[in-house]
Amino acid sequence: MTLLEVKDLHVSFRTDDGIVMAVRGVSFGVEPGQTLGIVGESGSGKSVSTQTIMGLTRGATVTGQALFNGRDLLTMTKQELAEVRGAQIGMIFQDPLSSLHPFYRVGWQIVEMLRLHDRQLSKAAARKRAVELLGLVGIPQPDRRLDDYPHQFSGGMRQRAMIAMAMANDPALLIADEPTTALDVTVQAQVLRMISRLQREFGTAVILITHDLGVIADVADDVVVMYGGMVMERADQLTIFRSFHHPYTEGLLQALPAYGGERRRLRAIPGTPPSPINVPPGCPFAARCPYAMDRCRTELPPLEVAGEAPGHMSRCWLPHNTAARQELRARLDQSPPACAAGRLAQA
Amino acid sequence: MSQETTSQAADGDVLLRIENLVKHFPVKSGSLLPGQREYVHAVQDVSLEVRRGETLGLVGETGCGKSTVARCAARLYPVTSGMIFFDGRDITTLSPRRMRPLRREIQIIFQDPYGSLNPRRRVGSIIGDPFAIHRTARGADRRRQVQHLMELVGLNPEHYNRFPAEFSGGQRQRIGVARALAFRPKLIICDEPVSALDVSIQAQILNLLSDLQRELGLTYIFIAHDLSVVRHVSDRVAVMYLGKIVEQSPVDAMWAHPRHPYTDALLSAVPLPDPEHRQQRERIILAGDVPSPIRPPSGCRFHPRCPKARPECVATEPGLAASLGDAPDHVAACHFPVADGEDISLSRPAIAAGERVVESGLIAGA
Repeated sequence: MTLLEVKDLHVSFRTDDGIVMAVRGVSFGVEPGQTLGIVGESGSGKSVSTQTIMGLTRGATVTGQALFNGRDLLTMTKQELAEVRGAQIGMIFQDPLSSLHPFYRVGWQIVEMLRLHDRQLSKAAARKRAVELLGLVGIPQPDRRLDDYPHQFSGGMRQRAMIAMAMANDPALLIADEPTTALDVTVQAQVLRMISRLQREFGTAVILITHDLGVIADVADDVVVMYGGMVMERADQLTIFRSFHHPYTEGLLQALPAYGGERRRLRAIPGTPPSPINVPPGCPFAARCPYAMDRCRTELPPLEVAGEAPGHMSRCWLPHNTAARQELRARLDQSPPACAAGRLAQA
Repeated sequence: MSQETTSQAADGDVLLRIENLVKHFPVKSGSLLPGQREYVHAVQDVSLEVRRGETLGLVGETGCGKSTVARCAARLYPVTSGMIFFDGRDITTLSPRRMRPLRREIQIIFQDPYGSLNPRRRVGSIIGDPFAIHRTARGADRRRQVQHLMELVGLNPEHYNRFPAEFSGGQRQRIGVARALAFRPKLIICDEPVSALDVSIQAQILNLLSDLQRELGLTYIFIAHDLSVVRHVSDRVAVMYLGKIVEQSPVDAMWAHPRHPYTDALLSAVPLPDPEHRQQRERIILAGDVPSPIRPPSGCRFHPRCPKARPECVATEPGLAASLGDAPDHVAACHFPVADGEDISLSRPAIAAGERVVESGLIAGA
C-alpha cells in the first residue's frame, strides 16, 4: 500500500499583490521504505506542497487530498495532526539553527519530543534514548554533548541533531526539505550517507526536497520535477537522468557544469520563472522553452504517460516518442541562439 | 588590450602576487585574563600568483580563509604580515589616497544579490556609483555610460530608473557585475557569485562572466564552494584548508590526480548528477568537523581528519611540493601524497586516537 498519496493538491495564498497560486494540482505517492526526490527551483512549490501536508501553511487556501496510511491529513483536526507529526512523520529543514530552540539544551529538546508522543516514558529513560539517538547520528561523546546548547554544535552536528529528533519516534516517513543545502560538501556527504543508512535500518520512507540534481542522483528512487507549482515530470531516477521527456528536465540537466570531460559553454535556460500571481495560461514553462509551439502558450498539457518506463509521466505536448523527440533536439542544436555578451539571453 | 601595453609590470604576465600572507583576527575570549587576546588564524602563510587573463579558482569549506585571502588582496583588510603586489607594484601598505586609483582596477562581485544592492536606490544610480565616487562622469554622460554597462551585462537599459526589488535574483547579479565593470578593471574577485542562484540562472551568469572575460580580457579570482562550477570556470585552482593552501594546480591535473588527501575527499564528496557514475566511484567520507582556527592542530592541519595520517603529520608541517612525475606547477602540502589510482577510502590513520577525530560508525559502516 502506498504510504503517502497526495492527490490534486492546490495551495494558494491571499496577499496584497493578489492571489499567489503556489501549488496548482500536484499529485505524487511514496511507497514504504522508498526515497522520493522532489526537485525544482525557488518558487516551484516543492516546499509549500510538503509543508501544507503537514499543516504548516497557515492562512493558505488548500484543496485536494493527502492520504497517509489511508487517512487524509488535510481534513484531520489540529489534535490528530499533531499526533501524526513528529511521531509517524518526521521533518528536517534546511537551516538547523532556526529549527532548534537556542535557549534549550539539545538533549532537553530531544527528550521533550520523545515524551510528547509517549507519555509513559520516564525522564531517565527518555534521556537514555536521547543519548542513543545522538550516537546513532554520529555525534561523538553523545552523553556529554547532550547538555550542550545548539550554538555549541557545528552546522553539521546541528543538522545531525535535527535528524536524531526527527527519527526519535521511529517515523514511517521522513520529510527532508533541503537538508544539506546549508552544509559544506564533505559534511553534506556525511549527512546524506547517514540518512540512507538510517533508512535502511529502520525502513523509513523519505521525501527529499532539493534543488541539487547531484543529491537526487545520489539518494532518490523516484523523482518528481516541479516547476511553476506543477509536476512537470515524474519517473524513476534513471529515467529522469537518461530518458527524460520534459524540456524543463532537459534544461535543468544541461545547465549544470560538467564535472568531468570536456568543458563546454553552459546551455542556460533563458528568462526567469513565471509569476505565481498572474499565472500565464498554457504551460508554465512555455516562455522559456526552446521547443515551445503556439499551442503551449494557450493550452495546459496534461500530465500523461511518456515513454516505456513504468510510472513515467510528463506534462508536455511534444511527441511521446523518443526518436521524434531526439530529432527535434538535433534540429535545435544545429541553429543555436547567438550569444554575445551584449545580447545575452535575457528575455 | 591597450591598458596592458601601457603598464610596465616587472614580471610579465603576473597580475597579482601574494607572498606569505598572514591574517589574524582578534577574538574575545572569556577564559583568558583581561588584556590577553586570542586570534583566529584566518590565513596562515599563503602565497599565490594570478596571471593576466586567467581565472584562479579558490576553493575550500566554510571558514577556510578563501574570502579573507581575496579581501586582503583587494586591500579591504589590512594584512597581519606578508606582501601583496598588483601589476608589479607593492600595494601592501599603500595609503588610502594612493590606493584610490588602484581601486578602479580591482573590483568585487558579491554572493548575495539581495544584500549587496541598496533597496532604496534606483539601479541607474547604483551602477553609476563608481563614476560618482571617482568623479569621472556626470549628468547625461554618466547616464549614457551606465546604460552602456547595462546593455553589456544583458539588462534592458530602459530599466535605468527601476529599484532592485523589481529585478529577479539573476538580474540583480547582473547589476552587481555591471557595477564592477564600470572602470574596466583588470582584476575581478568573484566571491561566490552564483551560489545564491537557481541552476538555470546560474548558467546564465557563468556564461556572462566568461563572455566578459573573453571580450574585455579580464582576470578573475573565483571563489566558490561548488566544485563543478569551479572546474568549469577556472584555469588553475588553489584548495584551502584552515587558512592554508594545501594544493594548487592547473584544473585538469588536479581533477585527474588530486595529491592531497583533503582535495581527494573534497572532490569525491561532490554528488554528481549522474546515477551511473555514482556507482563507479568510491566516496571518501571525512569524519568530524573542521577544527577551530583559534588553536589549529599541530603539524599538518588536516591530520585529525586525514585517513592517511601518520606520526610525522602530527609532528612536522609539510610544505608545498610537486609529486614525482607531476608538472612543477602541481604542488601539494602533504608528507604522503595520494598516488595515482590509490583509494584512500580504504586507508586508516596510524596515529594515536587522541590525535584524531573520533571515528564514528559512519566511516566504517558506510
